[in-house]
Amino acid sequence: MTNTLGKDLLGLEPLSSEQILLILDTAEPFKEISERAIKKVPALRGSTIVNLFFESSTRTRISFEFAEKRLSADTVNVAASGSSVLKGETLVDTARNLEAMRIDMVVMRHGASGAAQFLAERIESNVINAGDGTHEHPTQGLLDLLTLRDHFGTLAGRRVCICGDVLHSRVARSNIWGLQKLGVDVAVCGPRSLLPNSIDEFGVKVFNRIEEAIEWADALNVLRLQYERMTAGYIPSSREYNRVFGVTRERLERAPRDILIMHPGPMNRGVEIDSDVADGPHSIILDQVTNGIAVRMAVLYLLAGGKPELAEAAKGGSDRRPGSSRMTEAA
Amino acid sequence: MLDLRPVLLAGGRLIDPSQGLDEVGDLLVSGGVIEAIGGRIEAAEHAEVIDCSDRIVSPGFIDVHAHLREPGREDVETVASGARAAAAGGFTAVCAMPNTDPVTDNQAAVGFIIRQASRAAAARVHPIGAISVGQRGEMLAEFGEMVGAGAVAVSDDGKPVVSAQLMRSALEYARTFGIPVIDHCEEPTLSHGGAMNEGIVSARLGLKGIPSEAEEIMVIRDILLARRTGGHVHLAHMSTRGSVELIRWGKERGINVTAEVCPHHISLTDERVGAYDTNAKMNPPLRTASDVEALREAVSDGTIDMIATDHAPHHYDEKEREFADAPNGIIGLETALAVSVTHLVETGSLGFATLVERMSCSPARLFHLPGGTLRRGAEADITVFDPKMQWIVEPAEMVTKGRNTPYAGMTLTGRATCTIVGGRIVYKLENRAGAAATGGQPARP
Amino acid sequence: MPARTTEQKTVLSARAVERTLKRMANEIVELNDGTADLIIVGIQRRGVQLASRIVALIEESEGVEIPTGSLDITLYRDDLQSIGPRPLVGATSLPGDIEGTNVVIVDDVLYTGRTVRAALDELADFGRPARIALAVLVDRGGRELPIHADIIGKRVSVEPGDRVDVMMDEVDGRTAVVIVPAPGEDEP
Repeated sequence: MTNTLGKDLLGLEPLSSEQILLILDTAEPFKEISERAIKKVPALRGSTIVNLFFESSTRTRISFEFAEKRLSADTVNVAASGSSVLKGETLVDTARNLEAMRIDMVVMRHGASGAAQFLAERIESNVINAGDGTHEHPTQGLLDLLTLRDHFGTLAGRRVCICGDVLHSRVARSNIWGLQKLGVDVAVCGPRSLLPNSIDEFGVKVFNRIEEAIEWADALNVLRLQYERMTAGYIPSSREYNRVFGVTRERLERAPRDILIMHPGPMNRGVEIDSDVADGPHSIILDQVTNGIAVRMAVLYLLAGGKPELAEAAKGGSDRRPGSSRMTEAA
Repeated sequence: MLDLRPVLLAGGRLIDPSQGLDEVGDLLVSGGVIEAIGGRIEAAEHAEVIDCSDRIVSPGFIDVHAHLREPGREDVETVASGARAAAAGGFTAVCAMPNTDPVTDNQAAVGFIIRQASRAAAARVHPIGAISVGQRGEMLAEFGEMVGAGAVAVSDDGKPVVSAQLMRSALEYARTFGIPVIDHCEEPTLSHGGAMNEGIVSARLGLKGIPSEAEEIMVIRDILLARRTGGHVHLAHMSTRGSVELIRWGKERGINVTAEVCPHHISLTDERVGAYDTNAKMNPPLRTASDVEALREAVSDGTIDMIATDHAPHHYDEKEREFADAPNGIIGLETALAVSVTHLVETGSLGFATLVERMSCSPARLFHLPGGTLRRGAEADITVFDPKMQWIVEPAEMVTKGRNTPYAGMTLTGRATCTIVGGRIVYKLENRAGAAATGGQPARP
Repeated sequence: MPARTTEQKTVLSARAVERTLKRMANEIVELNDGTADLIIVGIQRRGVQLASRIVALIEESEGVEIPTGSLDITLYRDDLQSIGPRPLVGATSLPGDIEGTNVVIVDDVLYTGRTVRAALDELADFGRPARIALAVLVDRGGRELPIHADIIGKRVSVEPGDRVDVMMDEVDGRTAVVIVPAPGEDEP
């Protein structure tokens, strides 16, 4: 079994099923730490971690911050604004500055797909993608997998349907890849205007009606519908969305089995999901939140150990060398 | 110019589709024109003799689509550096697009380009004037004055002509001056926010895609307007199978539509974007294998009339950013020949005669430019190239100031070894390791 | 100088381990002056098996079931940054509040003392026992920290490169304590 993840966690698509299982298995003992009176272990003591969030996010950032602090790391939160063009310092310069400060790890959320890869290629620190544009949100995918595994026991052969705006959702992509790698049957459900045109090439079933998805699935992962989609003309209104695609108690009651309900949050109650479902007996949404910290601790723990050259340096007593620039000469 | 040494190109394979010529022989250049061609030629004592064995000697290549960035972005390219890069790529002439800063939309601006080009003394530079003032898509620019100052065509390239009414007017008005109207075909509401081709790759990478229809909708619009107006519409950088089919439809009906394709669109697909490589980002974007195949067939059968580069240098810093924010465009003057040889000739899509037709004769004929022929008495614009030379693309060694190419590190076949403009040698490949442009200028500062 | 044997040497057979554990169990109760407030915590992995055997033996002789727990010290290791790929972390679970109790840590082999140091740090994060004692099946010397065991099953003397392996039925399929010599110079 591979017990390294390499230098960075940029997405679930590049990982093997062994690596994904490694993270999930590693997360198990970390759950217990959050139940202790002293919720801290010294595993990452002295490590410096920067939470670099270009998009505001309370939930994910807090979850990462707790994960880092419970591992005894020193954390710094940087809330940067928008794209490099607007804020005046390029992502390249941000990367170089972080490296010059000898940051051990960067957890980054950014509005541009590929931004995490961009950063990871340019700095030696570990980079964890906390969401890049509409591309991937790997720790969300992992905590979804862990939560499903907790409830199902085994994942292979289960049926999970991702409902909503798959086109613009990084959570959807990470989930699709993560679930498929662990042998889950994956489907998506939503209006065609919110599904990628090439969705059929992703190897997933496509349901046009939520009733069909409920009929088929063991679990639904319900995505948030963003207001911008209405203004951009993808769908007419949130009212219609709820009428046609909303996960409601009446619809769930017609389900042939006990379906688990998940949601990455934050929820638009009454739009994609009704309150009595979100707070109801089928919902495992809060378990997702709890598992989020354990999964993130597992990822931090695994990445921090992925540098064998550190082991060599530690034996030889040499200092860690400054990161080298990856760029070629400018014109 | 009067005391130019005569040049004897000895023993090359002379390919000139304008004369139906394809045979091994000599070519003598004297007094700026082609003095004699074919067979064995005795040259005067003082003539410069260039051994062209194993080389092809053809009419000089003409690129009808390049962005030379001057005025406004001289940090990234100038008319001079662009003209020298063109010569290094085997081009004897290049047409400069008007999306400069300020836009080249009046006779003074056109004249400026002409003057800068003559100072450069490398490849010829033919300015293209804007269709609309400031390329704002509202009012027509002064085509007559611009043509008088030396413009050879009009275009709002960089941007599409969004208004069909304006496009119609442009086609009609341009008829007066016998110039083509070049359109960058892109329906803006469909392409808005898109960073690459819409397909499985864009879905995987989480990037907004530009569907083929964004191009095809404007292609058919322009063809229909050309039919209505009798004007000459030239479709820039075609990239989809659908566009090819529409152009064929138009040509079958005798509509005056011509089209160009760029070397990257017949050699790379959207997979090349890989892990968000901004050197594979341009507009129109790289498409699928099916589109590449259709474009190759079209270049072969003449549905697409010419190969143009859409040479678009950008500063390293501008490309070194998140994919969605990076500007569109790649350089192409110095790799066009090699990419075309490697991906069209070596793949069996077409032979060298057709290649020369597409890179020299057609541009000259369809845009009414000098060149495109090796007839006796014609201006001596000649390209000598090695059709078999393999070389590795090394951006740092290029003549252009730009470094943004998706071919970096790749091995390609085919390279210009000598470029002659108006009887004067403006480029010679000095050695295999690198290129040294004649004219005394260093490759880069 | 006689050639070193490369064969494993069994120091304690299954029967011998049984006897030793019986003595250790008695010593634990003796040290604690009875079974009151006694908690036995095994260090993952084989310490946990040893701890449960000891608890069973105490129950046999005293008729009292001692609360047991397990401790995984991976996250408290002092060499975590330099060991390369991460070892899997095992379960840590303590029987309730350890405040004011008498904790006996059980491990299979005491060597450098670093594992015990980590265990002490980890216990401190759970509470403040009245006393902590250490019981080990094998003490092989070679301490790098000032740590000593209160209850020792067997002392062995080995060369630095040798390994002392404790095998437990539950984990390895058999019970024994074995010395595996370091590979010789002419061996690959």
